[in-house]
Amino acid sequence: MLSFVLRRVGLLVPTFIGVTLIAFALIHLIPGDPIELLAGERGIDPARHAQLMREMGFDQPLWQQYLNYIGAALQGDLGRSIKTREPVLTEFFTLFPATIELSLCAMLFAVVIGLPVGILAAIRRGSVFDHTVMGVSLAGYSMPIFWWALLLILVFSVNLGWTPVSGRIAVAYFVEPVTGFMLIDTLLAGDTDAFASALHHLVLPSIVLGTIPLAVVARMTRSSMMEVIREDYIRVARAKGLSQTRVILVHALRNALIPVVTVIGLQIGTLLAGAILTETIFAWPGVGKWLVDSISRRDYPAVQGGILLVAAVVMLVNLLVDMLYGLINPRIRHAR
Amino acid sequence: MSATEPVVVEQEKPPGPWLENWRHFAANRGALAGLAVIVVITVLALLAPWVAPHAPHEQFRDALLLPPAWSAGGDARFLLGTDDVGRDILSRLLFGARLSLLVGAIVVTLSLAVGITLGLIAGFFRGTVESLIMRLMDILLALPSLLLAIAIVAILGPSLANAMVAIAIVVLPHYVRLTRAAVIAETSKDYVIASEVAGAGLLRQMFVNVLPNCMAPLIVQATLGFSSAILDAAALGFLGLGAQPPTPEWGTMLADARQFIQRAWWVVTFPGVAILVTVLAFNLMGDGLRDALDPKLKR
Repeated sequence: MLSFVLRRVGLLVPTFIGVTLIAFALIHLIPGDPIELLAGERGIDPARHAQLMREMGFDQPLWQQYLNYIGAALQGDLGRSIKTREPVLTEFFTLFPATIELSLCAMLFAVVIGLPVGILAAIRRGSVFDHTVMGVSLAGYSMPIFWWALLLILVFSVNLGWTPVSGRIAVAYFVEPVTGFMLIDTLLAGDTDAFASALHHLVLPSIVLGTIPLAVVARMTRSSMMEVIREDYIRVARAKGLSQTRVILVHALRNALIPVVTVIGLQIGTLLAGAILTETIFAWPGVGKWLVDSISRRDYPAVQGGILLVAAVVMLVNLLVDMLYGLINPRIRHAR
Repeated sequence: MSATEPVVVEQEKPPGPWLENWRHFAANRGALAGLAVIVVITVLALLAPWVAPHAPHEQFRDALLLPPAWSAGGDARFLLGTDDVGRDILSRLLFGARLSLLVGAIVVTLSLAVGITLGLIAGFFRGTVESLIMRLMDILLALPSLLLAIAIVAILGPSLANAMVAIAIVVLPHYVRLTRAAVIAETSKDYVIASEVAGAGLLRQMFVNVLPNCMAPLIVQATLGFSSAILDAAALGFLGLGAQPPTPEWGTMLADARQFIQRAWWVVTFPGVAILVTVLAFNLMGDGLRDALDPKLKR
């Protein structure tokens, strides 16, 4: 197992270096130099410009600048946001819990509905239910989620008034941030009304963000389940006289889950990317919205740091998924 | 002198595979429906200047935010209603179809061309070149596609053309990986070795002998690539990083329409329906093609 882990970590290194190159290139490929960007529309006089270029190391050769950048990044220094003057790392980690909270709820929504629906569709293969599930999930997979969000807001917020349109919690509540997770913080504060409000705010964004993972999980569970059901050991289990529920839930599901877990893990990247759109629409104060806002206000240090950090998170999650995969499926661990 | 020989061989080849594949494809009702929708959308897009009741940018100052023709207060001139500056939504959608299909076509062509070339190179020249190309693709795959597209657009500046370049780069790894895998599987086969012994040059081996046999998974991926390109371009447009207003691009139209969500459901609804239907059609067709072209699923 250890060599498996080491091999996977070793593969990550070149990829991570590549991602740092992209992030580094970002600030150098945009038109104009970084000092002009910092100065903004007001402009800057040439002497001061040259001095700043020297001070901030922009006069050094590119490879030297890259090494400096990497060196600083490894120590957690990703520069300061032009707008807030806050360190990018601090800003990212202040907002990140909001994105995690939303993503977890979206995943929960996708798995809680996707798994049983996929299993049922596999058992009743060819039935009306199966066809409906496949049709609906293909539509979900093709869904432009930014539009889906608008549609849900239109129905549930504007017409029915059931859910709030945007934000994480009603403005009436102030909750001291402890963990950054609104659901936990409100409970820690013992404020059940605030908790209800936070939960209320989570519903629509979670559904929107969870739609594509839901479609993927349902389809994957169905096809993986159908394959497993055909196996000999399932026939044996049935021949032993075990009940249908026990055969499906205990014997078949365990093996059918292996590819599903992988797919769920791989969906994390999709979730983070989807969070960019979902957070923008619901004014959800997470890293996705922060990134888009940073791009539109040309806050390049923030964009650069944000891309690097999101990529690092995605790579880390993928690594964890791989290890989990090795854990639940010994065949992978021992393969070269 | 012997240039006519291959032609003769070509003529003798039975038309079998195409017909066989078509039969498999046509047996899938969903795939056929997808194809039908794509044909209709393509025809409408091509004929947009003649079919559309109005010009996409024409503003009717007397008809701001009119609801669709069938609902109360609607106007028969504007079948799907008008937007906040009195432009006909149906006409804008029809012209938008041109953009979306164009985006799909350009992105797929770009990524296919570059992806096949890189994949062939990786598959034929193993070793350093291969690992260099594949590691590069791993980097692209490590980033969520929309995030990477946003990063590229941040570098290039927001416009529809840059959005297309960004999306083409983002989807590149899929084509490279598919081509490489297929090439590696093919190059060990007898016919490749035979033609190498017969003196076929490297380029001939790559593009004439091996590539045609690697096309099945690429065709499927290209079809699915069409739908993801349309979806991503609309998402970038929606974020203000793709086509810029007043371009009648579907995602951009939705971004404009957001502020009227409380007053005018039709401005928000129809562009999304257009995106969903188009993307769904391509996905249905892609699924059908996969079933028809995958030899493992044929039996």
